[in-house]
Amino acid sequence: MWFEDWLPLSSPFAGCVVMPQSFRDLLPLIWIVAVVGAVVGSVVAASRSTLPSHPWEVEPPSQVTRELAARIDAVINVQISAAGLEPAALAEDVLVLRRMWLALAGTVPSVEELRRFEADSRPDRLERWLAGILADRRSADHLAGLLASALTGNDGGPAFVFRRDRFTSWLADALHAGWSFKGIVAEMVASTGLWTGTPAVNFVTQAASAGQVDENTLAGRVARCFLGIQFDCAQCHDHPFAPWTQTQFEGLAACFATVRISPLGVRDSGPAVLRIETPMASAGAMPPLTTDPDLKKPFIAGRRAVPQVPFGQPWFTGSGSSRAKLATWITHDENRRFGRAVANRCWAIAFGRPWHEPIDDVPDPSVEPGESDLLDILGCDFCAGTGDLRQTLAAICSTAAFRRASAHPGLNDPSRAAAVTTSWAAFPLSQLPPATMISAMIQATSLRTIDPESPLFVRTIRFLRAVDFMREYGRSHPHEPATIPQALVRLNGRLARELCEANVFSGPGRVAGLSQSNTSRLDTAFLACLSRHPDASEQRMLIPLLEAGTPARGIEDLYWTLFNSAEFCWNH
Amino acid sequence: MKRMPLESENVILCNALPASEEPRVIISGSRRHVLAAAGGLGVSFMLPSLRARAAARRGRERPRSLITLWLAGGPSQLETWDPHPGTAIGGPTRAISTTIPGLQIASDYPRVAERLGRFSVIRSLVSREGDHQRGTHAVRTGYRPDPVLSYPALGALLAHQSPPTGLDIPAYVALGADAFPGRGGYLGGRFDPYRVFVPGFAGQNLVPHTNGPRQDRRLTALRGLDMHFAASRGVPVAATLHDHTLEAALAMMSSEQLAAFSVVAEPAAVRSAYGETSFGRGCLVARRLVEAGVRSIDVTLQGFDTHAANFTSHAAQATILDGALAALIDDLADRDLLESTVVLVTGEFGRTPQINPLEGRDHWPHGFSCLLAGGGIASGRVIGATDPEGRLREPEHPVTVADLSATVLAALGIDWQRELMTPLGRPVKLADGTPVVGLISG
Repeated sequence: MWFEDWLPLSSPFAGCVVMPQSFRDLLPLIWIVAVVGAVVGSVVAASRSTLPSHPWEVEPPSQVTRELAARIDAVINVQISAAGLEPAALAEDVLVLRRMWLALAGTVPSVEELRRFEADSRPDRLERWLAGILADRRSADHLAGLLASALTGNDGGPAFVFRRDRFTSWLADALHAGWSFKGIVAEMVASTGLWTGTPAVNFVTQAASAGQVDENTLAGRVARCFLGIQFDCAQCHDHPFAPWTQTQFEGLAACFATVRISPLGVRDSGPAVLRIETPMASAGAMPPLTTDPDLKKPFIAGRRAVPQVPFGQPWFTGSGSSRAKLATWITHDENRRFGRAVANRCWAIAFGRPWHEPIDDVPDPSVEPGESDLLDILGCDFCAGTGDLRQTLAAICSTAAFRRASAHPGLNDPSRAAAVTTSWAAFPLSQLPPATMISAMIQATSLRTIDPESPLFVRTIRFLRAVDFMREYGRSHPHEPATIPQALVRLNGRLARELCEANVFSGPGRVAGLSQSNTSRLDTAFLACLSRHPDASEQRMLIPLLEAGTPARGIEDLYWTLFNSAEFCWNH
Repeated sequence: MKRMPLESENVILCNALPASEEPRVIISGSRRHVLAAAGGLGVSFMLPSLRARAAARRGRERPRSLITLWLAGGPSQLETWDPHPGTAIGGPTRAISTTIPGLQIASDYPRVAERLGRFSVIRSLVSREGDHQRGTHAVRTGYRPDPVLSYPALGALLAHQSPPTGLDIPAYVALGADAFPGRGGYLGGRFDPYRVFVPGFAGQNLVPHTNGPRQDRRLTALRGLDMHFAASRGVPVAATLHDHTLEAALAMMSSEQLAAFSVVAEPAAVRSAYGETSFGRGCLVARRLVEAGVRSIDVTLQGFDTHAANFTSHAAQATILDGALAALIDDLADRDLLESTVVLVTGEFGRTPQINPLEGRDHWPHGFSCLLAGGGIASGRVIGATDPEGRLREPEHPVTVADLSATVLAALGIDWQRELMTPLGRPVKLADGTPVVGLISG
């Protein structure tokens, strides 16, 4: 899946072989890093000739993007009408902004940014900020984390030959530079080189085991991630419900038959012929092992497969290795499955759930692209355009569907709630992924924006806290309830206590000390955590919490309450 | 530790109390027979109430639990339950006799050797996974890692198939730091284990930051805020179970059953027998959790990934494991919990017969060992054998990790062939193997 437990920021430790395990264990190191970081940071800052772009300084998406968004809305409006519903009202701009940050950058906007947004009176401020967020390095880091998780799974992967940090960092650089996703995919599928020097090859090396690449794993992954086809079962037998055959799967796997992994990196060598491994869907069927010590896999005698693709044979052309031809085939302009798979994934990034579930099992395209098929609209635009994922995401986030409120009269009526959700008449609820949740908590307790321009020690502390939190919090699913142990982490965890603590260095402490009234404290805390202002009923409900003790205690109680609220934990 | 009382022997009722305070009624038959008889005669009111409730949780009729002692890193079969002393592959490890006639294990485990008659040994486990994470997944779930479907660990399956009643604390608990803990897999996150990284003192994250009126104010504000959020999003917010999860967490925080996570109340002699180590305390907590009704407990001991200095490294871990495992098995037996508790001792794979230049052994999934005891496991059996010369990769009578899963589930009274519908719409068996012939007792 695409939403699991990757780290929220590019690690300040990227490149280190030994990763730190605990925030507390590294406190002495943090102080050293803080001092060194302050010195180095000031030197670097002084040497910068240009300031980075800020979200509010970027030009809004083009007219083309707005037209694409309108075509998407037309499809959704037909669905809503067919369900006999009215769409939800548009959400407040600040809440839409919050959604954009959560979806595209994996955190909430800072109080600093929200104040600036509220002061922005331009009529197209949302469009401008959307473009700005997509141009922000935090967005590239976040999207790279999501994609790396989807493309290489969430397991640690083989030691030495798989460097997730390098892979993610390369992806982030590529996205930030506006590379075409087609080019990114082609690099991942066909590159040769070392996992550190040519990070794209980590897509291949993640599927290595005992020094050999598992062609079947790669074939299944290519089909799921780039074609939206759950093809894995065809490793052992023809697909029971779809026209995919075992032979097709083996042909796809054979495209990786020439991959060799050595200490010098990934290269292509030998004949492009795949010896077929004994099907092993489960660990139950232990085949007779070969007596040849050089062969680490059990093979079926006489079974061979040569590179081939399951459809679109004319696109499977070009010079070079079978992997290179496969990359050409995947990213071919006429390969609508590629565009549809990308569109479905981008929709999931924006809305917290894909247009079609499961995310990697997209319906077959119709014979001709149609205006009634949302995935075709987005997919064809992606394939025909520059292939920049951010343009597709910008179009999705520019739709009225993305800007609708999550509240809807039909959602209080059990007989209509499902129709409201399935027709996209209201913005769906989705649980924040653990990485996003901890990023949001950390940002909410800092009045200033935490970004790549923040001091090194700030980013280091953030990174280590995220590691600790995610180790304890575990994984979550966007649509599944949190578990009791996860609720306990938020209620009673050490990090939650530390973040809520009101001291002279913390955001809550500054809110408690600098605000002139409890109303002001409540307002700032709401803005920091929920990206909105409290309404009158919430003021009546929560001001007593602030009045019950000292300002410091009151603000700690308020932050704790907000962090544990459904509104904070679920994107809405 | 006490010797296991046999069914036919006289036992002392209520032997957990100090001798001076106990009603030392010496009667014939096992403790559960006495309690059952007392109940049947209508005189159960004469028994202390706590004892009666405890009795309901003991014996063969008690719902079964699973304790998995997870030896992370891949313990060497040659330095544990399958030594080959005097051979080219045996290294300096010596063997000692055990209470299973004719069976020897590594001499680093003298206390386990004295109690091996309670166990059965599988010496021919085979897996297809030689990577730590993948190997752990294979042994914990019985399935190879699947990019499309996440499989549940045995502990999660047990909690799902045999849900406890009246339990405020999670049914699946993992004790000790573990890089690759079991998961709920396709059963969902609620079947993930509740993880306690430092066992023996308290549960994880159970103590609120504040208490008294201040905590009450916090909770009142939180409930009010959540109601406000749900006002115009009724059905989807209800589906998040956010408030339900909060209340369940609060109930857990105030449960008397939390005492099971602490060993402070245990006599010093008991704690000493288990060992004053994280793993020893974890094993003791596991016994206490079983008593509380927890279905499955994983206790992890790290340090078995011995690519270098295999023999000295292993000896250090063996000291910890030997005492804790022996104490655990004695304790379960003494408390009449062994018949209802399956104890599995394993890691993700074994280690190579060949010794590398660093005096280490590398990963070896082609023939490794595990111990099984309790529950429906027959005792005193030895399954399979590896080549003492290390030339053959395939052991005699290979047992796949899927077979191991089926065996454990069968010993827990679970229909291992039952199919569950996964989120993919594909039915999947609980275990895709077959219980090992001879290991399931009648």
